[in-house]
Amino acid sequence: MTNSSAAYVEGVVDYSTKIPNNVGLVNDARVLKALEQWHPGYIDWWMTMGPDGFQTSEVYLRTAVSIDPKGWAQFDYVKMPEYRWGVLLATKDEERLVNFGASKGEKAWQDVPGEHRAALRRLIVIQGDTEPASVEQQRHLGKTAPSLYDMRNLFQVNVEEGRHLWAMVYLLHKYFGRDGREEAEGLLQRRSGDHDKPRMLGAFNEATPDWLSFFMFTFFTDRDGKMQLESLAQSGFDPLSRTCRFMLTEEAHHMFVGETGVGRVVERTCEAMKAAGAGDPYDIERVRRLGVIDLPTIQKKANFHYSLSLDLFGSEVSTNAANYYNAGLKGRFMETKIDDDHLLSNAKYPVFKLVDGQPKLVAEPALSAINMRLRDDYSKDCQGGIGRWNKIIEKAGIKFELKLPSVAFHRGVGEFAGVETTSDGTILSNDEWLRRRGEFLPNEDDGAFIASLMKPCWEKGKYAHWIAPPKVGIDNKPGDFEYVRIPRA
Amino acid sequence: MLHDLTVSAYKKQHLIDPEICIRCNTCEATCPVGAVTHDDSNYVVDAAKCNFCLDCIAPCPTGSIDNWRVVARAYSIEEQFKWSELPAQENVGDAASTTAEAIEDEVDTLLATAHAGLGGKSVAPASASKPVINLYRRDKPAIATVQGNFRITAPGTESDIRHIVLSFGSTHFPVLEGQSIGIIPPGMGPDGRRHAIRLYSVASARDGEKRNANNFALTIKRVEGGVASNYMCDLKIGEKVEITGPFGATFLMPNDTQANIIMICTGTGSAPFRAFTERRRRAMQNAPGKAIMFFGARTPQELPYFGPLQKVPNSLLEKHLVFSRIPGSDREYVQDRIRTERATVAGLLASPATNIYICGLKGMETGVEEALADVCRKEGYDWSKLKPEMRQSGRYHVETY
Repeated sequence: MTNSSAAYVEGVVDYSTKIPNNVGLVNDARVLKALEQWHPGYIDWWMTMGPDGFQTSEVYLRTAVSIDPKGWAQFDYVKMPEYRWGVLLATKDEERLVNFGASKGEKAWQDVPGEHRAALRRLIVIQGDTEPASVEQQRHLGKTAPSLYDMRNLFQVNVEEGRHLWAMVYLLHKYFGRDGREEAEGLLQRRSGDHDKPRMLGAFNEATPDWLSFFMFTFFTDRDGKMQLESLAQSGFDPLSRTCRFMLTEEAHHMFVGETGVGRVVERTCEAMKAAGAGDPYDIERVRRLGVIDLPTIQKKANFHYSLSLDLFGSEVSTNAANYYNAGLKGRFMETKIDDDHLLSNAKYPVFKLVDGQPKLVAEPALSAINMRLRDDYSKDCQGGIGRWNKIIEKAGIKFELKLPSVAFHRGVGEFAGVETTSDGTILSNDEWLRRRGEFLPNEDDGAFIASLMKPCWEKGKYAHWIAPPKVGIDNKPGDFEYVRIPRA
Repeated sequence: MLHDLTVSAYKKQHLIDPEICIRCNTCEATCPVGAVTHDDSNYVVDAAKCNFCLDCIAPCPTGSIDNWRVVARAYSIEEQFKWSELPAQENVGDAASTTAEAIEDEVDTLLATAHAGLGGKSVAPASASKPVINLYRRDKPAIATVQGNFRITAPGTESDIRHIVLSFGSTHFPVLEGQSIGIIPPGMGPDGRRHAIRLYSVASARDGEKRNANNFALTIKRVEGGVASNYMCDLKIGEKVEITGPFGATFLMPNDTQANIIMICTGTGSAPFRAFTERRRRAMQNAPGKAIMFFGARTPQELPYFGPLQKVPNSLLEKHLVFSRIPGSDREYVQDRIRTERATVAGLLASPATNIYICGLKGMETGVEEALADVCRKEGYDWSKLKPEMRQSGRYHVETY
């Protein structure tokens, strides 16, 4: 086989077209042309909204060269604008069925069923919109990277978000005709935080001002992405399922960056406290004088990002979600591993609601409570990571425990939008909330202190004072590996 | 040493480090045999199911998946669920070489023998890429198609050395420079058993003999009476060959462009160095590290790749081609040239960025080592101290057959 061969081999990535792909673009002139026309706009977006100041740096990135386990993580130095963004779908399973909802048992759809066209397009556009949004949110972080290792991880996250945008745009072009083309253009037009043309979801319009925010974002908000992708991977629309399955493998890296990022901040703080004999985690002034981020502030950051991310799941009880499920478009987390009828005709699911001014669990039809269930799976996944951070604190012998705040806390969407509570869910009056807000969420002082630590540390093998080095290098590289080669001005 | 594993009761066990794992489920989703499972606390590998296919290694975002222990009794999944950190390697003497080079005993033995000249445990260079090993085995080989078979020594000379190009079509067969593959000659020996696997070093860079063409070349010398070499040297274009591997996790080139590489070889021992040089040419054109080769043969006509080597610029590779049978000239061996080039060699030995690779016929390492020891002595270094230091830091490599 040579790479100039025009014959498309199922499952093998074709590099003969401008867009590496394993979907046979070489034989699909219409979609190839559409994507080639979209490509310059994408590069233009990347150059103006992608990582600021590092487009000529050589970054040690992994690129997928095939979708099988051995070929999908090839590491080498790449300049980001030259990254091979491609269209990669997980292997097709000819036997795959629609596994839930009214059409359960039918063969999985290779084309969009007419009656679900609008709903599917909406799901794909919403997912697609988050991908470039986070690149935009993170575009200034490179300049204050606490190490070349972290900088590389940031850029890996960024190029993969870019690839995920490609993945969604491919679906739009391939299956949604003119509407799809317009939506694909729209994905390049909206901007995170822009008043006139914001990104579609709230959390994706917030700033990512510092590296702790970035780690919290990848831990909490990208984890919402993981849950959404997992439930879309269950879709009866097979191309969407296959796209999301491959994206999930990449998304795992983002979870890794978040969990180990926060973990390393926590570790460094504990280390510094121990070394200085500063055992009281609530003596914030003293801990901050050590040049590390105090644990209560880390908790407040977690409160902020967790609550914003919960909003991404939508209303706890939702007719849209029920319709998507019933139509076989979007399933539950690990749908095929759940032991039930996958129709949810009579099942109930407990939903946390505000009853007589107090948060209570209320049994709702499981079909309407799909969002709630996905959010519960999400919270459980978050709790695992929190538990591992707490182990670091415990190991250092410090008496402090990080906690997930109540799902009622600081919410803008769903049952608890419009009420204010403490981080453990006790209802507060508006006045009390305004007075006590700073106990639960980062205030200006916290932000200013963290900002004061954000000084670049770009020497090979060195890490900023406020963060511990990782236990293992990327691709098993040694400690002083030069993950990013920054050209000298 | 690795070959002890083949006769001992110890087993390698694949484990996941619970301190580094983020429970992302990628390994469980990837494992083709369902060996990875989890409970609320840990992801674990079931030793009874894991077949060492290594599919889970590359997709793991954390590196926690790449942990191995040599054990007398495998840890059960229940034991692993309770861990908050990995247990230390239990004391099993020499068997605890945690750098698995190959999981198949037959190949393990071959590689252990090839590396025996090192005089200690082999260690990969710190900056080497992570190799994939043992993807294809005797019971599940890859099928390659012969794309070319050229004699690269002059006709009429005694050595029939061939450059054989194998294509893998749509089969994924990743190799790194310095790795070997196994050939399974068809048929059975007089004892009624299948022929033994024979290892050959890959002579191409990781991205293919032709770039991105999913093929690689081998350099094979016809040995009188040799089953595998005669089988290979007689192959015609289009014929199919059963291949196992890739194998070898230590005789690898550094990715660090600052690294100096001293390559010492005879005959077909040049194969991995052809791969090294090609990798440097393709991926590290302006590497500040020096590459230098001492290559011995009887005559220029019998030196594999003599012609193409002449065209490699000195800036990429400093070549010392030495000959032992040129009529009218003194016999010169690689060790003689190392002594002649004492100043250069000593300068390189003084640098912690220098890596030595020896590849060729078994026994050549003795002469080469004596020459290196001589160079050291004259410059006031102690080879007996330097060698283990280089070996332990992954900078001294021997592969002789």
